[in-house]
Amino acid sequence: MTTQERAVRKLTEATVAEGERAQKVANLWVDAWRRLIRNRAALLGGTIIILLVLMAIFAGQIAPYHYAQGDSNENYLTPRWVVSIMPGHMERYVKIGSKFLFGADYLGRDLLSRLIYGARVSLPVGLMGALTALVIGLVCGCISGYYGGAVDNVLMRIVDIMYAFPTMLLIILLMAFFKTSFAGAAKPGTAAYTFNQINNAVDGILGLHGGGMLFIFMGIGITAWMGTARLARGQILSLKQKEFIEASHMIGANDMRVIIRHILPNIIGPIVVTVTLNVPVYILTEVFLSFIGLGVDPPTPSWGLMISEGSRSIRSYPNQVLFPALILAITMFSFNFLGDGLRDALDPRMKGAS
Amino acid sequence: MGRYIIRRILWMIPVLFFISIVTFAMSHMVPGGPFTREKPLPAEIIANLNKYYGLDQPTWKQYTDYMGFTRNPSGEFRGVLEGFFGPSYASRTRTVNDIFVAHLPVSAALGLAALVIAVGLGVPLGVLAALKQNSGWDYVGMAVAIFGVSVPNVVLGPLFIIIFALALHWFPVAGWGRLDQMVMPAVALGLGSSAIIARLTRASMLQVIREDYIRTARAKGLSERIVMVRHALKNAFIPVATILGPTFAALVTGTLVVEQIFAIPGLGKYFITSITNRDYPVVMGTVLLYAIFLVFSNLAVDIAYAFLDPRIRYS
Repeated sequence: MTTQERAVRKLTEATVAEGERAQKVANLWVDAWRRLIRNRAALLGGTIIILLVLMAIFAGQIAPYHYAQGDSNENYLTPRWVVSIMPGHMERYVKIGSKFLFGADYLGRDLLSRLIYGARVSLPVGLMGALTALVIGLVCGCISGYYGGAVDNVLMRIVDIMYAFPTMLLIILLMAFFKTSFAGAAKPGTAAYTFNQINNAVDGILGLHGGGMLFIFMGIGITAWMGTARLARGQILSLKQKEFIEASHMIGANDMRVIIRHILPNIIGPIVVTVTLNVPVYILTEVFLSFIGLGVDPPTPSWGLMISEGSRSIRSYPNQVLFPALILAITMFSFNFLGDGLRDALDPRMKGAS
Repeated sequence: MGRYIIRRILWMIPVLFFISIVTFAMSHMVPGGPFTREKPLPAEIIANLNKYYGLDQPTWKQYTDYMGFTRNPSGEFRGVLEGFFGPSYASRTRTVNDIFVAHLPVSAALGLAALVIAVGLGVPLGVLAALKQNSGWDYVGMAVAIFGVSVPNVVLGPLFIIIFALALHWFPVAGWGRLDQMVMPAVALGLGSSAIIARLTRASMLQVIREDYIRTARAKGLSERIVMVRHALKNAFIPVATILGPTFAALVTGTLVVEQIFAIPGLGKYFITSITNRDYPVVMGTVLLYAIFLVFSNLAVDIAYAFLDPRIRYS
């Protein structure tokens, strides 16, 4: 083999290797998917989440009773297996009966059915929080980072001020406002009336009449987008200087095309990761709001509301608070495992960092 | 540095004003006044009450009265800028300041105990996990971290009561005042934050111990203990310091939940009842107080940041 031949072969090999590498880049999502399903904790989390979603969708078919249906003669009716595993001496004062698998609550409503319907509160809250964070955050972040100037300045000052405001206290105030001004507004033509109508429609879709879900979505959404906006803006600022963006400008691509075809695919990974990692935060926000009485309206079964109701009678009926607490913990674990797995899969450099 | 602090304090003024305006506007846009009862009060009495509290004034005037720029027409009340957070509509004799004096120390003690647990548990766990990476300690530390992140205080509180009070009888179920009554609420409140701190400490410690200057310190012949404590830990603590701001915020909102579960007579429980009773000055005062606290603690964290890391210079 002559030197020339050897050089040619070397060059060809290098080109092929480069091609393979390019293929790999194009298959980022396939690659990430492979890494994700190799992660057992993430896989378990994902499976549980799918089960929870199915439970929420088919709550009407799975749940033995309706969440609001109760007989006050059957209040605190508890099956024997629950009595036997609870601390204290429940058998001395509790009504024992096996009508309900987990027992009945203080109004004689089936705890299990309420837990199942509760997924219809928590999961949509997580989803809507993530969606608002993603959509509004990306739009604001893109405009701010790409165009810069006065728009950027105004948007970022708003984010700065909102950041200084303790998030939870802001949501509490918003909820107090929504619930008293919008809920039940009956005068057509006002903004409050429109909001109330939309809210009723949302509750109708979720099958939770009178739950007030829209207001929770709004309260969480108003504060959820800021982190994403900042992250997207930062990423775009560094990306804007890259040669390939310049090149696409040069071949005559307009701003819209540059943003959608060239910028978004490059920043979407870390943003999806951040948003997924925040889903448990949104779910917890609703739990917290319902716990302090500013979330869903009774009799809508939110896990937070059930924990709050149950903790009032924790001495005598610990099972009332135990079951909603457990299902909430399982949900949190699942989302955290999946979020961590997604982060490791999409951005392996971040592995182990928090 | 001095100029930086002054600029930060100046920036806090518009922020706090913004917070006060938003809080005030939102609590006053709420329909139905504080004197709406199921059995309605006579109109003259409501008019008199409104006049006494200055609620018959236009909203902007009520705001300036509240802040202390102008004087309430009945001349009864001073403003926030004079250190007076207004009357409580629910009680004729107690002002918001009285409520703060009575209940804030309880919440502060709970929050402080939780902070001690968060840092005291989180930092050592994180450091141990990093130093003995991939050992038993590492797995224990990370298991605690995942548990703490995934199990919120609203779950931990009831679980602790069921396990440690009802089943094992180690601690009293609820109440406040004795040391043994403080243990469960403080741990329930602090564990989540300690998990976040442990995770962050581990990650930053792992990064720091691979730095060149650590190798240099070892090459000088310093003992491992001094290398770790004096050189590594100090720098590893920098990212941890940044998380303290959000930690304060998490503890503040956490007290609202934990106080309810453990029947602790803190400000949080009072705050929640005030929202439902539309006792605006209490709501407003609590939000403002917490906002001021959070804004100042964020400033303190940023300053501490500069002291920890000489590379950071604010200008």
